[in-house]
Amino acid sequence: MTAQNTKTAQTVASNVVPFAEPVKAVRDSRPLRLITCGSVDDGKSTLIGRLLWDTKAVKEDQAATLRRDSGSQNDLGLPDFALLLDGLQAEREQGITIDVAYRYFATDRRSFIVADTPGHEQYTRNMATGASTADLAILLVDARAGLLEQTRRHATIASLMGIKQFVLAVNKIDLVSYDKAIFEKISHDFKELALSLGVRQVTAIPMSALKGENVVYDGRAAMPWYEGPSLVETLELATTRSAQAGGFRLPVQRVSRPGESFRGYQGTVAGGSIKPGDSVTILPSGMVANVSRIVTFDLVRNAAVAGDAVTLVLDRQVDVSRGDMIVSMDGQPMTGLNFDAHLVALQPGGIEPAKRYWLKSGARRQRVTITPTSQLELSSGKWKPHHETLSMNAIGKVHLTFDEVAVFDPYEQNRATGAFIIIDPDTNNTVAGGMVTAKRTDLGGIHRDGQRVLMSLPADLADELMASEAFAARRDEVDLRRISAARAADLFGEIE
Amino acid sequence: MHIHTSEYDPHSKDQVAKPPLDPHLKALENEAIHIFREVAAEFDKPVMLYSIGKDSSVLLHLARKAFFPGRVPFPLLHIDTGWKFAEMIAFRDLMAEKYDLDLVTYTNPRGKSEGVTPFSHGSALYTDIMKTEALRQALDAGGYDAAFGGARRDEEASRAKERIYSFRTPEHRWDPRNQRPELWNIYNGMIRKGESVRAFPLSNWTEVDIWRYIQAENIPLVPLYYAAERPYVERDGMMILAEDPRLELLPGETVQQGMIRFRTLGCFPLTGAIRSTATTLDEVIAELEIATVSERQGRAIDRDQSGSMEKKKREGYF
Repeated sequence: MTAQNTKTAQTVASNVVPFAEPVKAVRDSRPLRLITCGSVDDGKSTLIGRLLWDTKAVKEDQAATLRRDSGSQNDLGLPDFALLLDGLQAEREQGITIDVAYRYFATDRRSFIVADTPGHEQYTRNMATGASTADLAILLVDARAGLLEQTRRHATIASLMGIKQFVLAVNKIDLVSYDKAIFEKISHDFKELALSLGVRQVTAIPMSALKGENVVYDGRAAMPWYEGPSLVETLELATTRSAQAGGFRLPVQRVSRPGESFRGYQGTVAGGSIKPGDSVTILPSGMVANVSRIVTFDLVRNAAVAGDAVTLVLDRQVDVSRGDMIVSMDGQPMTGLNFDAHLVALQPGGIEPAKRYWLKSGARRQRVTITPTSQLELSSGKWKPHHETLSMNAIGKVHLTFDEVAVFDPYEQNRATGAFIIIDPDTNNTVAGGMVTAKRTDLGGIHRDGQRVLMSLPADLADELMASEAFAARRDEVDLRRISAARAADLFGEIE
Repeated sequence: MHIHTSEYDPHSKDQVAKPPLDPHLKALENEAIHIFREVAAEFDKPVMLYSIGKDSSVLLHLARKAFFPGRVPFPLLHIDTGWKFAEMIAFRDLMAEKYDLDLVTYTNPRGKSEGVTPFSHGSALYTDIMKTEALRQALDAGGYDAAFGGARRDEEASRAKERIYSFRTPEHRWDPRNQRPELWNIYNGMIRKGESVRAFPLSNWTEVDIWRYIQAENIPLVPLYYAAERPYVERDGMMILAEDPRLELLPGETVQQGMIRFRTLGCFPLTGAIRSTATTLDEVIAELEIATVSERQGRAIDRDQSGSMEKKKREGYF
């Protein structure tokens, strides 16, 4: 949206019937997927309603139904946005929001898919679902209240699910008299929070969703001191995640054999790129072949990149079936029987240690046992040792143990090949979502199952070890005391 | 019959290579193909609901792309109420022949024997029997454990909460309050005997996306989507096509002529036309982009009551 079609916010807000404005047809990027985090009290329904309304995603007959259902409008002449968003009868009757809903709107530059999740009950489960596909998170706060504990919770979950871009929407800025100092204090606090989570791309925007200021249209008339972008301008410039940088990954969904002469492996490229002639490895078997053709309906392609749904033809007869992964020779994913992961428990029964579940990742489904080691305390952001059942909405660090070789990338490096869901074989329900962090190398020797090793190290060597990533990832499993060399010698003497 | 656009055939020499899709449509296409392949690989007996409309035409095109160079590996099911536009039926049969599809058609025998029509029984009961009940019967008869549909989340409020794999009980019930969580693009296809899944490859498409894709891919459509001089009667604020002899004029009604077209296609007595001069795809899209009413406005069955789509969906309607 540009300055030309900007009227003062008041005029626009009272413009009940959206004026028709042609939408340019060409979109030069894929849809940006985002999640909105916040509660009804922060004005979340109003914000989403405002986005849909000001981008003309709400049509006249839908608005008329809203007016008929609500029988009233707010004092700006707008329909009740909550009614627009609460799609189910039970929600309207009980005034609650159930589950994740998806909203669609577009500007002349880009289209957007919003995962709209309720901010109260079961927010961890629903937020994790919405965040799993999101490129960006909008965190909504009420300018009168500032950051709340829930802001930290939402930001923590969003970053855990791999979201690297945050927008802080400081809403209801009109109710604090458009006070610049209040906005700056909140955005400063938030940037510190984001940095502590490792998120560097943060944009803070003062706005009034109700009046439509700095959402789609700018709010310069009311807050001349703010010179940054509106929410929609920020979203238009946000980046979408891509897994094109790493090694080639094709989880095989299906083997296509329409006739004796053709055998192709169908799937969606989950990382990297490929061209005819490239050598590939089939995992977990480790067999090697060359790509002879990339087949699609349109043309025989000379390359395929992450995101493309393709059919690969290899130059020799190899045994490939659904669930295998075709990967580049260089930069292969991890294979093994033991992995570390973060897990979000999604169902009332929780995740039980020692129970055998199904794990699905890509097109591969296999048996797994889950051993919790710690649980995230959302109010403080700290991991606490935890070896029992992870109850619903809990976020835990776990060990995954497989019967057959599993193939993963770290989620940080590749969302598509690092993510998995857990299915309860008793109910067939999806009971957890997870993200692989590392492979565990259980080599026997000093790392035999269940055993701990007591070491006495020089302080500088211990510091170096503790600075390593491997140590940081499992910090909660370590007991540490600083003692003198003489005392250590005594202790070791006692043990023997 | 006259089909507006010619099908792009990658193996025909007289075709000029068409320009690549823009990244937005390409992403939507990739996602849909991924879903098609996943369902075809995970379920024993999938079927694709084919309603002959524009969304179904896009769905069919994507299915053909997903399984190329093989043929579409599941049947297409058309629930024929007996009251579809004649041009739809002709188009359906043409597509089935042209693309070598397994077409299954089904009409509710009870509705047929009891003479259930949109005129005699009202739109709500008629839809219940001839569409929802018929669909349940047809799915049971075929023993299908997965059914593709062309529903989009932007169509209607209750659909915004629908999963891509939407779980159904053996009675075809949808429980919106107890849906399986759906994370990333990892779909849970595990079901017990008798249970089934409705799969929606077009979940993330909007109406504009559908039309732009039809344009970019040259997908053939039923000509009723394009404006032409057609006979109609005005009834209950809708313009009803007056071609079928079974349409009886009510007192005061007259058959008029005008340039009209349809934004959605269903049963002709329940589908309202719009006045339009858009005779080409470009003109249809131009008209759409300045439209201020939603496409479902022309559908009588959605207007019965607020929440009526949710009610129908819970009972097994798509």
